Amino acid sequence: MLFSKILKSGVGTALRFQSNAVAASARAATAVKGSHGGFSFDLTDQQKEFQEVARKFSREEIIPVAQDYDKSAEYPVPLIRRAWELGLMNAHIPEDCGRSIFNRMKIKLHHICSFVIIIMTQNGVCVYSSWKQISVPVPGGLGLSIFDACLITEELAYGCTGVQTAIEANSLGQMPVILCGNDAQKKKYLGRLTEEPLMCAYCVTEPGAGSDVAGIKTRAEKKGDEYIVNGQKMWITNGGKANWYFLLTRTNPDPKCPASKAFTGFIVDANTPGIQIGRKEMNMGQKCSDTRGITFEDVRIPKENVLIGEGAGFKIAMGAFDRTRPPVAAGATGLAQRALDEATKYALERKTFGRVIADHQAVSFILAEMTMKVELARMAYQRAAWEVDQGRRNTYYASIAKAFAGDIANQVASDAVQIFGGNGFNSEYPVEKLLRDAKIYQIYEGTAQIQRLIIAREHLGKYQQ
Amino acid sequence: MTARVLVGVKRVIDYAVKIRVKPDNTGVVTDGVKHSMNPFCEIAVEEAVRLKEKKLVQEVVAVSCGPQQVQETIRTALAMGADRGIHVEVSGKDYDSLGPLQVSKILAALAKKEEASLIILGKQAIDDDCNQTGQMTAALLDWPQGTFASELVIEGDKVKVVREIDGGLETIKLNMPVVVTADLRLNTPRYATLPNIMKAKKKKIANMKPGDLGVDMTSRVEVLRVDEPPQRQAGVKVESVEDLVSKLKEAGRI
Repeated sequence: MLFSKILKSGVGTALRFQSNAVAASARAATAVKGSHGGFSFDLTDQQKEFQEVARKFSREEIIPVAQDYDKSAEYPVPLIRRAWELGLMNAHIPEDCGRSIFNRMKIKLHHICSFVIIIMTQNGVCVYSSWKQISVPVPGGLGLSIFDACLITEELAYGCTGVQTAIEANSLGQMPVILCGNDAQKKKYLGRLTEEPLMCAYCVTEPGAGSDVAGIKTRAEKKGDEYIVNGQKMWITNGGKANWYFLLTRTNPDPKCPASKAFTGFIVDANTPGIQIGRKEMNMGQKCSDTRGITFEDVRIPKENVLIGEGAGFKIAMGAFDRTRPPVAAGATGLAQRALDEATKYALERKTFGRVIADHQAVSFILAEMTMKVELARMAYQRAAWEVDQGRRNTYYASIAKAFAGDIANQVASDAVQIFGGNGFNSEYPVEKLLRDAKIYQIYEGTAQIQRLIIAREHLGKYQQ
Repeated sequence: MTARVLVGVKRVIDYAVKIRVKPDNTGVVTDGVKHSMNPFCEIAVEEAVRLKEKKLVQEVVAVSCGPQQVQETIRTALAMGADRGIHVEVSGKDYDSLGPLQVSKILAALAKKEEASLIILGKQAIDDDCNQTGQMTAALLDWPQGTFASELVIEGDKVKVVREIDGGLETIKLNMPVVVTADLRLNTPRYATLPNIMKAKKKKIANMKPGDLGVDMTSRVEVLRVDEPPQRQAGVKVESVEDLVSKLKEAGRI
């Protein structure tokens, strides 16, 4: 009985090996195509199909309920579950981050007389035998590129950025683990997210320190095999719904210690004793997204949950941004596209002075400028995502994309309200929500001002080389 | 059950697109226009995949006739759960004149070749609204047919079909092999999930030509002209019933 189970899972591994190989060759093929044909704006067939699914989900399932969620500020659990089922969430999780089914069968192994299985894996041939614990990973995430994830994010944001932020915060929380987690951490914490629609959160900002990450005060003291954490975090997206957090703390209390050595990143289970979750904050926009303050009082974290090692936290926290800023820019672009579409539709219906208002040059010029901004924001985030997928450092492009997209999302949403006129100010029409939702794009994930600091630094750095 | 299901899928202009007639009135504009799978074909694929999930059939084969682009439509069927695809290449003049007669001959030949015991098609395509392919295929194969199906149940080697007809609902029992055409209320087609789209890339699509199946593609129908429907004329408001009756008499309607 056990043998047939192992055989089946062995076959599962073999099939997954095929799919890994095909997926890898598909990615390689896309990369080769890009480098042979030079710069290209084409999407692959698969990317177009992904975009189609995300678009269909967004238009048919998010848009009808977005206004209701905005009014009730309720967490959109059914939408998140549906997105998880369709594979639209957790796109970045690598394919081999499933969980070992044999953890549960450890006990039975010693009953079996010896047998040997040879399994082909990505890394070559592995031989497992009955006297060694057999580990066969269950298929994990999709391992999509940042570009693919951005395409999906833009479509979801078109529907509602509140829903999209709740989903996107998962990517932000996971990114440190995906980039810097060891195998055990990845399998445990990322595996959970692929098995059930669980959420995670990125806990860095504090009431006293937002842009100045090096100024955070939450401290972690090592005691034996554990760290004791005390402090307060604020504005944590998914704070009240997360199953686990990525937490940044200061482990070296010496004020002279440089930032690159003073901080440590942890993975913390949300149900650890001592974690107090604050009330849901009522924000200007993206109301259905859950934002809270979180207090840590003598929270004990095992040393196994340290990412990389003590003192490596700052680098981890910052490194995640290069991969998460392009999707945030994509979200802002999705919102801007929605504002543009709503305004265009209205401008072709509303009549004044005997003509549809789109015929008046004052209005058509506003629409033209909105269009320019949306197209350019799209190109910016696509370039930033493409750069990081090519394996290059994309800080310059990611910051440009996020800064630009955040700014134009606000401008385009405001213009959309203007085009709607008096109706635009009213909550029965869709554009006032867009204006309220857009503001946060100039604030979170690095404020517009911080982005400018980064861009100036990168730009001047290039010139001085 | 060793049953194999053949599902025909057609690539048509997307239902949401505004159709425009070509300036030379020979047809509608298709270049650069968004195409997708015929909605009734989606329902047919969904039904076939559900039968496979219930383990009542073993394999679902998606078939489409047309030029290179129909492979996208077959891929969508694969992403929904079909096991493999068959692309019958028809292009150029043959594709322009492709109609239910040719498609039903192709499907009949394929059904024999693949030893299918069930063919599920959409009841009609949203571009030509012919509602003929299913019926013709059944006739060519001399198989029983259950058209406008709103419910399909396999009972042993018989198929029970509930049909939506003008008078209401009709339930019939057919001996397999059968042809069934799907109507709107048969089911709600699923989304292709992202993992399924990625898995679909591994599934095989076989290529063949109508000649390989011994099918004659000549059309018995010639399209003379395509026009837009006449613009709706403005109506006239009347004050009373007497006015209405007299106006109708004037127009020669009563």
